Order: sequence, then C-alpha cells, then structure tokens
Amino acid sequence: MAAQWIRNAVPKIGCVRFYSSKVHKCTLIPGDGIGPEISSAVQKIFDAAKVPIEWESVDVTPVKGPDGKFGIPQAAIDSVNRNKIGLKGPLMTPIGKGHRSLNLALRKEFNLYANVRPCRSLEGYKTLYDNVDVVTIRENTEGEYSGIEHEIVEGVVQSIKLITEEASSRVAEFAFQYAQDNNRKKVTAVHKANIMRMSDGLFLRCCREAAQKFPSIKFEERYLDTVCLNMVQDPSQYDVLVMPNLYGDILSDMCAGLVGGLGLTPSGNIGLNGALFESVHGTAPDIAGQDKANPTALLLSAVMMLKYMGLNEQARIIENSAYETIKEGKHLTGDLGGSAKCSEYTNEICKKVSTLAK
Amino acid sequence: MALLTRNICKVFSQVIIKYNLQTAQIGAVRSLHVGTTVEQEGKVKCTLIPGDGVGPELVVSVQNVFKAANVPVDFEPYFLSEVNPTLSAPLEQVSNSIARNRVCLKGILATPDHSSTGELQTLNMKLRKSLDLYSNVVHVKSLPGVTCRHKNVDCVIIREQTEGEYSALEHESVKGVVECLKIVTATKSQRIAKFAFDYAVKHNRKKVTCVHKANIMKLGDGLFLKSCQEIAKMYPRITFETMIVDNCTMQMVSNPHQFDVMVLPNLYGNILDNLASGLVGGAGVVAGASYSPECVVFEPGARHTYSEAVGKNVANPTAMLLCAVKLLHHVNLKRYSEQIRDALNRVLNDGKVLTKDLGGQSSTTEFTTAVIHCLR
Repeated sequence: MAAQWIRNAVPKIGCVRFYSSKVHKCTLIPGDGIGPEISSAVQKIFDAAKVPIEWESVDVTPVKGPDGKFGIPQAAIDSVNRNKIGLKGPLMTPIGKGHRSLNLALRKEFNLYANVRPCRSLEGYKTLYDNVDVVTIRENTEGEYSGIEHEIVEGVVQSIKLITEEASSRVAEFAFQYAQDNNRKKVTAVHKANIMRMSDGLFLRCCREAAQKFPSIKFEERYLDTVCLNMVQDPSQYDVLVMPNLYGDILSDMCAGLVGGLGLTPSGNIGLNGALFESVHGTAPDIAGQDKANPTALLLSAVMMLKYMGLNEQARIIENSAYETIKEGKHLTGDLGGSAKCSEYTNEICKKVSTLAK
Repeated sequence: MALLTRNICKVFSQVIIKYNLQTAQIGAVRSLHVGTTVEQEGKVKCTLIPGDGVGPELVVSVQNVFKAANVPVDFEPYFLSEVNPTLSAPLEQVSNSIARNRVCLKGILATPDHSSTGELQTLNMKLRKSLDLYSNVVHVKSLPGVTCRHKNVDCVIIREQTEGEYSALEHESVKGVVECLKIVTATKSQRIAKFAFDYAVKHNRKKVTCVHKANIMKLGDGLFLKSCQEIAKMYPRITFETMIVDNCTMQMVSNPHQFDVMVLPNLYGNILDNLASGLVGGAGVVAGASYSPECVVFEPGARHTYSEAVGKNVANPTAMLLCAVKLLHHVNLKRYSEQIRDALNRVLNDGKVLTKDLGGQSSTTEFTTAVIHCLR
C-alpha cells in the first residue's frame, strides 16, 4: 500500500521503484476449466524466480446476493480492493438469465478503464506473420458496451453507444503514458469519425488533446477499416493503438490471431481502484485437468503485472525464460504443435528461471 | 482541384468520343444482345460515378478497356462528391439516373470527419438510403498471380448497409457526453438474411455464417441473430453457423478457408470487408456490389479513395475493372465480361506488368494498356 502510494507520488522517477524485499500481496483468481492448472504453473514459476509475492487465492463462483441476483462474493471484491492488484484465469460466463457476466462485473467493480493487450510474434512458433509487435489499448467502460438498449416498438431495437469526454481523455492519456514508459514511438488513434461524426469525433478530439501533452510520441489517426486492411498486409507499421471499446475488442483479437491466438497473448486491465491482469482465452473444458493446457498467456499476463508493480528484474527473467523455451521448441504444449505436458513446459521454464535468477 | 477538374473533363470527353465511335457500330453489335436491360439502340445505359481520390483515374482505365473491347455500354457520368460540393451533381439527379438505368459503376466517395453544416449523414449513406441499396456483396477471392500470405481464399461477405451503426443519429446530451444510436430492425435483418441464403442457394454455396456481438448487445445484435436463425430454418440444405465478431476477425486472419458466405450487420461488414480484402492483395483488387430490390451499384469492395496517390498514376485499376466485369455479366453481356476478365487474369498471371501495391513497378496506364493488349 505504501509502495503503491510512493509509486503514485513519484511517477516520473521510474527506476526508484521498490526493489526492497517487502512481500507484496496479490489476489489470484484461478478461474474455471484449465484455470487452476495454469494458475499453479504460474505460481510455480514465480516461486522459482523468488518473486516477492504472496498469493491470496479467492473464489469468484457467483453467489446469490441480498437483491436475489447472482454476483461475485464480497470476499473476492474485498481482497482485490485491499491488494489493488490481481491475476485472473479464464472464467466461464454462465449462460442464462439472472447472471451478470463476471468479467463485466469485475470491470465495473474496479473501474478498469483501460485494457492493454500487447501482441508480439514469438520466435519458435511460426505463423504467417513474423513481424508483429503492437499494443492495443482499449477503452473499457463505455462505448458500444454501455449496455443501454431498448426495443422501441416490436422489431425495432435501439442500442446506445455512449462516448464521454472524461473516459476518452483518460484512456488517451493512458495510451500516451504507456507509450512513453515502454519506449514506444507512435500512438495511433483508431476511429470511425467519418461515419459517427459526433461520438467518434469526440474520442478523436480527446486523443488529439492528449497527443499535445506528449510531444515526443508520434501521433496519427486512422480509420478502423484502414487499420484492418493494413494490419493484415503489413502489421509492422503500427505500434500502440488506442480506440473505443468495440473496435478494441475486435482489433485486439485480430492481432492475437496474427501471432497465434489467445493462448499466447497477455492482457492487463488498468483501473482507478486497482489493476487486474488476466488471460483472455477460454476455459477449454475439454482438456481441463489433463495437464495439457498452455499457461503462456497467463504467465505473460503475470509478467505484465510484475512490470506494473515495478518488479522489472523478475519480470525480465521470467519473460526471457518463457520466450527461450518456446524458441527452443523442445517442450511445447499441444496447441503449439508440441507434445509436452503443461507441467513439462512449466518445469523447463523454472529451470531456465533458476539459472538466470542466481 | 485543377487536376480533379481535368480528370472529370477527361471522363466526359471520352464518353463523347466513345459514343461517336459506337454509334457507327450499332448495327454490328445489336445482334449480340439479349435481355431486358438493353436499350433499343443496342446499348446498355449505365450511370457512372467516378468518385473521389483516384476514382477518376480508374474510371478512365475502365473506359479505355471498354473502348478497346467495343463494349456496347453507354455511360452516363455524374460527378458526385462530398469533399468537392461545388463540383458535385445533385444527389437526386444521380439517384434518378441510377433508378432509371438500374446499373451503376461507382468509385469511392470520400467521407470527411467533419461537415461544415453539421450534417451527420454522409453522401454515401444518403445515396444508399435514397435507392435502398440494402445489401453489399463482396466476393473475396484470391487472384491468380497475386502472391499473398493466405492462398485460395474464397468467401462472400454480405453486409446490411442501411441501418445499424450507420444511422447517423447522434446527440450530445450534456457537454462531453455523446450518445450514438445503433438501430436494428427485424424487417431489415430478415431481409438481409434472406438475401444471404438466396445468394448461397443461387451460387451453390454450402454454408452461411452469421457474425454478431449478441453476447454484449443482447437486444440489438440479438435481434439480428434471431432474424438470421429464423430465416435459416427455411433453408435446411444450407449449413448455418453463428460467430462472434471478435472471434471472427481472429479466425479470418488465421484460417480464412473455413468461411463461405457470411452475413453481417453494417459496421462488422465494413470491418470484415477490409480485413478480407487485405488477405488477398488489398483495396486495389477486390470488387463489390450493392443491391437494392431494383438496381445494382458496382463499386470496389474495400472503400478507400487512396487520395494520397491522386495524379501519380500508381493506383491499381484491377478492382474497378473487376467491378466492370461483374457489371457486364449482370447486364448479360457475358462475352465481353469474360473477355475482359481473361485479359485481366492473363496480365496478373504474367506478373510482368503490375502496379506497386502488387509488388510491380508499372503505372496505372501501363497496366491498362497491358490489359488491352491481352484482349482476345
């Protein structure tokens, strides 16, 4: 908590982050399906790297609240609120009425306004694209996902896309700050202001204003369709992309597709009341409990978390070990074309981590 | 501006020259035509909108090829533009012409981010609404000789384009808070779904995929999804699938071969059109068509004006030529249609004369000349 406060108070001096031996508490939501296996894989690797983190595992299985609706148990909410940081495995959204999407609920609860999804081509796992290195930053609280919809008369539905100056500026500034902190050169605002002149126009204006505060970062504006067209032809021309909710959802998944799917891409949600890092792939119930799952996405998300907490050294070691293991190609899980078990892959990373951490 | 005016003049003057040329040949060509769209004097009348950006250059290319192949099509050119309002013909005049001719060849209209009059609807939307061009069909198919990361892509993207996100209903409730309405109606959703299934039946396609985001927009996209599901029941021999749009884009870039016919609401259609075009060579090689119950407008599939290349003679006319090929096929001038398509395929296959977007060094004119030389 104090460390968090110090970090907030001196945000400009990046290197004076805490290297002390203080143990940080961190909420862990293992999730459903393959969630528990990949979570324990991450914990194991973190132990090997001697990361000063104490996990606080919580269960978020929906419970019936006093209002009769199902929701996240209060204990889980308290835990993340206390620790301000969390790592989450895949969650199953129950289908049927009366259940709110848990992902959405967590997002609302912690005011997670920006979703950050770095996509990088991995050496050793060949896809059609080998020069991808983009970060999509997505506004996460409003836009098309505002949830305001109604049926005016039968057969006519009106869905409202809500764009506010506050949320747009917030995410735009975050994008530029992220670009600056991570040595990125360019921020591209993705919009469709030629069609939605007021709403996307407002978003664009906020991006322009934020751009002026960061003169060292290049800024450009591109239409969503142009980005889609160019991304599949030459992904290397983009760096950091910032956009409203729906476009971010679509583009981040598309970029993940370029590098090999959701099993390899990390994701972080940055909010006002904390940050939640997660793997965005599904729960894969068909291979759950069989030691076949690929923990890479959750591991890389955990690495993002370490960077966010300022534990850069450990982050670097774990990240390099994971990349190295994939590059060698000897211990790959089934989804990457290998035959290794999740535990074998994890052990290999642990081995590399312990060598590096000495 | 001067350049633009020059290009327009060029388009007009060439039409006149061609007209003169062709009046002499009427007798010869008349016997070739069948079908109702053919005018009495043996020529098909077709509205022509060159569009903004490189549009006029590409239209010149099409006209040159038509001239060389003696295609009995009589263009009725109108310059329509939102970014050059002083030169633009009135929308009503243009839409009347299209309604009369029932076919139109159209370049891309630029849509600026701002309108001086605070207008929310773009000219494109107005044109589509006035003619009720509800369905946009883009057949994305790998071309011979065009090398891309993905091979043998072949899917049809059918997009509803009169409602959804493109309704232009927006307002600022209080300062800094903007609401933008997306309208989905059962009538229009069913209409596009029916169109997609009919298309699949007519073209011997096996599968229709409905792309949506009904997990988030439960009512809006839910209605679209429900409409598609209802229509699907009427076509038991066509496989029906549903897919969420973000997953769909991911699948499209990793395994595009799984798709056959896709039916989408407006904005998702725009996204997928461009994405899929990118897979087979970019905006310069994919043709599309917009259908209303009465008429067809042929226009490139990925809508980019490519305004940075205006006057540089580097744009790829393939998309526009393919639109023209489709147009000729539609008005039952199949011989000409095949002739031009063959010539185009030959040029692409040879790979000697290619524009820059396909890795060549040739100009628009050189490419056009090559196509003309290959006409047989």
